[in-house]
Amino acid sequence: MLREITLGQYYPVDSLLHRLDPRTKLFGTLVYIVTLFFADHVLAYAAAGVFLVLAIRLSHVPVKFMVRGLKAIVFLLLISVSFNLFLTPGTPIFQIGFLKMTWEGLVIAVSMAVRLVLLVLGSTLLTLTTTPNQLTDGLERSLGFLRKIKVPVHEVAMMMSIALRFIPILIEETDKIMKAQMARGADFESGGLIKKAKAMVPLLVPLFISAFRRATDLAMAMEARCYRGGEGRTKMKPLRYERRDRLTYLFYLAYLVFSLFVKIAL
Amino acid sequence: MGIIKTVNLIFDYIRHDDETNTDEINHALRDVSLEIEEGSFVAILGHNGSGKSTFAKLMNGILLPTEGTVFVSGMNTNDENLLWDVRKTAGMVFQNPDNQIIGNVVEEDVGFGPENIGVPTEEIWERVDRSLKEVGMTAYRLQSPNKLSGGQKQRVAIAGVMAMRPRCIVLDEPTAMLDPNGRKEVIRTVRELNKQEGITVLLITHYMEEVIDADRVVVMDDGRVVMDGTPKAVFSQVEELKKYRLDVPQVTELAYELKKAGMPLPDGILTIGDLTDSLAAIL
Amino acid sequence: MAIELKNVNHIYGQGTIFEQYALKNVDLTIDDGEFIGLIGHTGSGKSTLIQHLNGLLKATEGDILYNGESIYREGYSLRDLRSHVGLVFQYPEHQLFEVDVFTDVCFGPKNLNLPDEEIKKRAAEALSMVGLDESFYKQSPFELSGGQKRRVAIAGVLAMKPEVLVLDEPTAGLDPRGRDEILGLVSDLHEKQGLTVVLVSHSMEDVARYVSRLVVMNHGEKVFDGTPREVFRHYRELEKIGLAAPQITYAVHALRERGIAVDEDIMTVEEARDALLALWKEKTC
Repeated sequence: MLREITLGQYYPVDSLLHRLDPRTKLFGTLVYIVTLFFADHVLAYAAAGVFLVLAIRLSHVPVKFMVRGLKAIVFLLLISVSFNLFLTPGTPIFQIGFLKMTWEGLVIAVSMAVRLVLLVLGSTLLTLTTTPNQLTDGLERSLGFLRKIKVPVHEVAMMMSIALRFIPILIEETDKIMKAQMARGADFESGGLIKKAKAMVPLLVPLFISAFRRATDLAMAMEARCYRGGEGRTKMKPLRYERRDRLTYLFYLAYLVFSLFVKIAL
Repeated sequence: MGIIKTVNLIFDYIRHDDETNTDEINHALRDVSLEIEEGSFVAILGHNGSGKSTFAKLMNGILLPTEGTVFVSGMNTNDENLLWDVRKTAGMVFQNPDNQIIGNVVEEDVGFGPENIGVPTEEIWERVDRSLKEVGMTAYRLQSPNKLSGGQKQRVAIAGVMAMRPRCIVLDEPTAMLDPNGRKEVIRTVRELNKQEGITVLLITHYMEEVIDADRVVVMDDGRVVMDGTPKAVFSQVEELKKYRLDVPQVTELAYELKKAGMPLPDGILTIGDLTDSLAAIL
Repeated sequence: MAIELKNVNHIYGQGTIFEQYALKNVDLTIDDGEFIGLIGHTGSGKSTLIQHLNGLLKATEGDILYNGESIYREGYSLRDLRSHVGLVFQYPEHQLFEVDVFTDVCFGPKNLNLPDEEIKKRAAEALSMVGLDESFYKQSPFELSGGQKRRVAIAGVLAMKPEVLVLDEPTAGLDPRGRDEILGLVSDLHEKQGLTVVLVSHSMEDVARYVSRLVVMNHGEKVFDGTPREVFRHYRELEKIGLAAPQITYAVHALRERGIAVDEDIMTVEEARDALLALWKEKTC
């Protein structure tokens, strides 16, 4: 039941986008999000749209698969659209009872919706084409400068990658403990909030104990394999910028210049 | 000197009780002196709580002796400066296959050890390729460890140790959580590493079937070595093994029972072949 | 009959590309008072099967009857069913959570909304059934040995007073003595308490000694169902599906090939010893 979350899962195919350095993709996503936030002209949205369509085409991820990810935000989308449609003051289009739809509202609602869809599609594309490991690696390297101000970047990245490895295991374990307690007559579904919270104790205590046991075991296994922090470590898969990354950065620059131009001049 | 040598090894677990301010001392190992020859396959048997797992963890400095010394290839595990060399020399595989795999992809997990000891990138790839081949997991190198069976996970763990180029592998009940197929898979892999690569193997287990091909069997009980010899020699003492809460393979037990009833059979029958040969001669 | 499975299918991820049969057309009747061994390698569907017996998983197709009544009938209380069919999961000690042994064992009967007196009575009975006396009641379950923890967990299920007890590999991870103790305990529960027992295992040696009937699963299907003797006669087929008969069965067949006429149905060390001694006496006298 808990296993069926697919939003933003890695989509394993080979494509230009998959092969890009994770740092390039992280930076691209950042540029894309920033321009989306400042967009206030049709041309700016069009540019972001072209940017996204291009990226999707280059990623070889089926559009159907991407659209499925949007399902998760349909509800959010509906709420924000209807709020903007009916609650923005301005020139009315029509009125039913106290509900008044305005031109200004329509404009804001549409631009909000477009912005949200573009935002979600763009950021899922990052996780669809980048494995969690590459992502953490990319973050570790991109944020490496933070080490100078004593931020334990390597340790945080290692923790993230270990968390990613153990999430499926712990989900499976939750399922198992839940079933075992249900076999002893436990009820996780009925009752009010307090009863439900209380019913979680037989699930959470064993889960925590198991997580601690796993952590101890893992720490021991890591030590046995000579892990001693980031100092003196080499990389099996070091990040290296290729020609395609440099070209992509050029493309970002062009896109950024165009967006700025639209923002300032129009 | 052997690859591993322990001298008067003692290990106590001490648990401090804050309420009464007393220490509860549990003697896990009481005076163990053992020498393991390089290139040999040694099995350590014992029931739960016999001290065998503690012994394993002392072999690469995860635990340090309360008294006595452990030498790994001549290096004293108590010497902090040598700790990483000790761990490189004696690799360790643990019981729970899930809790010792760090990487999210098989090949990345195998590369974890070499990364830690600062092996250059190109050589890491060579070592990973070779280790995966040695354990027969090359076909799975790009998979997530979560998709593998228990036996396959343990083979990945073994590859992870092999990539550190150790001279000795200590396996602490690597098969306890596996099904019969997984168990066979792991034991076969370990035996091949021993035969083909000349890696010294120290296998800790309580499954008798797994040790009949070992060069030497050491039985532990209550923190002491109580039996030590070839599988044939150890398994001919069925009564004594039972006293230490251990099993013998069914054919060994049958041969022992028949012998006790007066049939003229040789000692230390370990396999079906041994049994049929000896019985065919007299029946 | 206690439990009856009629043409049960279980499909994971139905309608997706990941569609996979975990159980395929399984017909199985478990009679009152039986001691059944359920065998299969990992992924054979045996764990899925037992989770159907107390309604934790619902069959995609087919029907399951408990004492003649369909458990899928509208309004059927699965909670009641779970008190009749007790299920002990693999590594059951991982589900312990209370501050002391006694309270933990009370968890099941408490969920049945029984009066306090009855809850305590049942917990005490269950603990005595698994051989843990009063000195254990106030101990933390986390400070016991592996074997003791497992007994507490089994007592937790026994306190529900089930008529059928299903155990998923209750000996996993135990040493030989721990294994013998747990199997002895289960066998006692069957004989002395009259429980119907389904024991999931992948060790044929263990099962041959205790059970009266063996059910073998492979790829979600029931492939063999009969007395251990009947099933072990198919030792070659068992091997093909990743299972093995007890070592003694192989030894007996090897002896027969060498012209030593022992009964091929022998499956324990004691039987083999007696048969061979008899042969030897014949020869020497």
